[in-house]
Amino acid sequence: MYDVAVIGAGIIGAFIVRELSRYDLNIVLIEKDTDIANGTTKANSAIIHAGYDAKPGTLKAKLNLKGNPMFDKVCQELDVPLKRIGSLVIATNEEEMESVKELYKRGIENGIPDIKILDGEEVREKEENISEEVIGALYAPTAAIVSPWELAVALAENAADNGAKIRLESKVTDIEKIEDGYRLSLGSEAIDTKYVINCAGVYAAEINEMVSSKDFEIYPRRGQYNILDKSAGNIIKHVIFQAPTKLGKGTLVTPTVHGNLLVGPDAEDIDDKEDTATTSDRIHMIRQVSKKITTKIPFYTTITSFSGLRARPSTEDFIIEEASQAKGFINVAGIESPGLSAAPAIAEYTIDILKEIIGNLEEKQDFNPTRRPVIRFMELDDEKKSELIKKDSRYGRIICRCENITEGEIVDAINRHGGARTVDAVKRRARPGMGRCQGGFCGPRVMEILARELGKDIKEIVKDSSDSYILTGETKQNQA
Amino acid sequence: MLAYDIVVIGGGPAGLAAAIEAKKNGVDSILVIERDRELGGILQQCIHNGFGLHIFKEELTGPEYAEKFIVELQKLGIEYKLDTMVLNIREDRLVNAINTEDGFMIIKARAIVLAMGCRERTRGAINISGTRPAGVFTAGTAQRFVNMEGYMVGKKVVILGSGDIGLIMARRMTLEGAKVLAVAELMPFSGGLTRNIVQCLDDYDIPLLLSHTVIEIKGKDRVEGVVIAKVDENKRPIKGTEKYYECDTLLLSVGLIPENEISENVGIKMDPITSGPVVNEAMETSIEGIFACGNVVHVHDLVDFVTEESRRAGKNAAKYIKNQIQSEGSITETKPGKGISYIVPQKVRPENIDKTLDLFMRVDNVYHNMNMVISIDGKEIKRMKKRHLAPGEMEAVKIKKEDLMDSKHAEITISLVEEGA
Repeated sequence: MYDVAVIGAGIIGAFIVRELSRYDLNIVLIEKDTDIANGTTKANSAIIHAGYDAKPGTLKAKLNLKGNPMFDKVCQELDVPLKRIGSLVIATNEEEMESVKELYKRGIENGIPDIKILDGEEVREKEENISEEVIGALYAPTAAIVSPWELAVALAENAADNGAKIRLESKVTDIEKIEDGYRLSLGSEAIDTKYVINCAGVYAAEINEMVSSKDFEIYPRRGQYNILDKSAGNIIKHVIFQAPTKLGKGTLVTPTVHGNLLVGPDAEDIDDKEDTATTSDRIHMIRQVSKKITTKIPFYTTITSFSGLRARPSTEDFIIEEASQAKGFINVAGIESPGLSAAPAIAEYTIDILKEIIGNLEEKQDFNPTRRPVIRFMELDDEKKSELIKKDSRYGRIICRCENITEGEIVDAINRHGGARTVDAVKRRARPGMGRCQGGFCGPRVMEILARELGKDIKEIVKDSSDSYILTGETKQNQA
Repeated sequence: MLAYDIVVIGGGPAGLAAAIEAKKNGVDSILVIERDRELGGILQQCIHNGFGLHIFKEELTGPEYAEKFIVELQKLGIEYKLDTMVLNIREDRLVNAINTEDGFMIIKARAIVLAMGCRERTRGAINISGTRPAGVFTAGTAQRFVNMEGYMVGKKVVILGSGDIGLIMARRMTLEGAKVLAVAELMPFSGGLTRNIVQCLDDYDIPLLLSHTVIEIKGKDRVEGVVIAKVDENKRPIKGTEKYYECDTLLLSVGLIPENEISENVGIKMDPITSGPVVNEAMETSIEGIFACGNVVHVHDLVDFVTEESRRAGKNAAKYIKNQIQSEGSITETKPGKGISYIVPQKVRPENIDKTLDLFMRVDNVYHNMNMVISIDGKEIKRMKKRHLAPGEMEAVKIKKEDLMDSKHAEITISLVEEGA
């Protein structure tokens, strides 16, 4: 019997399971998809907000404020890239300037450090490509960018290094109250656990309702993005938001931690919790709206478009509490923006609730907060590159030509705890296929490596979901 | 540190021809660096025939065409390294490369020939809406799977883009038992060779839908279908013309882009129209001693022209090593006039030409019964009748050295004028 089962391997589930792995507990992270970070975590703005935005007094405000400064340590421990590039909320007229000032006031009330109001000139000093129309901005130096999926993968890996179990492709289909805990049905199998933490994202209400009455609802709100080539990555140097108006928050423009440029999102309430399609009218709209920030975005260098679903709660604030009718079952639900920013603080907050239920938790003597460093071949100097290839010749073979990713890095991404099993999972960890050619050249080679390392036939290798097969059979010549 | 007179980056048709020609012109110390597991480049996956009509006066398959050059390269004793990737080059012609056997290499070159070829445009670059399932491939990737790895990528196929690879793959997939429902082309004309439209589509009753595009991809795990719509003259989908095609695969043949990461990183001047380096008559880039040829300069439709152009690069790289390049005197620019989208080379040093100057170009639309007019400094020197011109078919013209030598020409212009005009 497990002590704690965490349902959902997004950034929240991953942070929680990693925090839990500090304690002497038998824990399991359960995920319905083929990979960690495969839902909302892989498709969002990837921003650690400073925290001026949330309504004072809410959990969102409290946990964003607390969570933001926690990223430096965890990203250092887990060797995950984080860049504190700061953010600007720009105004292009007096009305917008008023709402920028409102945000400033709210920021002061929320206790956000070092924020200040800049005039147009000061903004242009920071951002040479910003629109001529900009008359001022709210500057927040503590805002940062991160790769949420790499962080979630690293957290889950570190938890597994410290003894946690990870179960992928395990959809919770039913939960039954048993003596001392719960029995989770995972298709044909079942596991027993004393406590459950529900981090199921857009499906958190469905999971909650397996044990409790309808305490809340989660509505999927879709956001669409464009990601541009690295050649466009330095057009903008900060996270740039538009001042909120009656029409909404507008779109943002930001560099990514890997040097691409991200433009988006819109906000669209939809019914289908699986519908991550992009639509031409919405992509057109975000491109139009981004012009308010800068007209210099070369959209012809777009690498791809994508969309993600935010888990919008009926309560309008994060829901982090024990379910009304299920003891020892904690919901961590409705974690929409600033959910990523608050995530490390959400994990602590959740574990405090668990401690109240269980009583005190015993810390492990041998908890290791760091993971084996990730080798990023192209970031090494010439001498280190040379040494590395001598030690392991697989680092001498480039698989991805766009980003110069070596076979060694891909093999490593597969063979870690919680490692990659699919083409997209390799891409999220080591980045082959993230570049301009989008896997055109390296796709077949990545499949070969996956098949070899996992001991599978290449025809069994999937893109993402377990039914997303790539090859449909052998050619006539190959059959003969 | 390794040192060679000439380092050729890329062992496809361009690199092979350049290396061979350099050797024949008296340079012995040559290294060809190829990133794939064999020489020949993309030709190795082009198992259809139609290669070599100009150069060898016979119809060869891609691998056969490549083999002729590979055999010659080996006979001439030119060194090459396979499975080796150039990470970057420097302006002083130091090349950083890696492979599993030699490890990290710093190679000193007196001249470099860039011959990295091109890559395909992707779904993201053309922004097709919808879901992101498996089953969307660029035509070249599908070709590699089918022809080199021996795997099929789908059973019911729609192809977007009527470039040559798309057309060839329509036939290939059909021969392998797949059903190709349609080839949709955004433009009102095909970007491929006429012979490919006849031999790959017409012969198999595969419809070519001109002025049509895929506007949406459907399917959660694997492609389940695509929506195709007719487009207006501004290439925008026309409401009400949407038609759903149930299929499991979408192949994209929507253009090729020269692969110039290495060139751009070292600061070589690029032509925004070709997406390749600006070159002169010697196929030399804006950096002295760095030459370029083949699809890395501009995308060709016939490999024969790649060979021709690359021989010129190889020969001139050899001349450069032997200090025989004539670089004194004036520089003439080539200027695309009406109806022409680009001309390669962009710059010409007349005194460095042997007998004739070869110019390659593409027209910007489909034309019938036109005159192609070549002028030097506004003065017409040559006029050629053209019955049919299309952007998918590269045009080549030759200008005699004499025509270039006798005046102060700053500009060679090529334009299309209607017959009788």
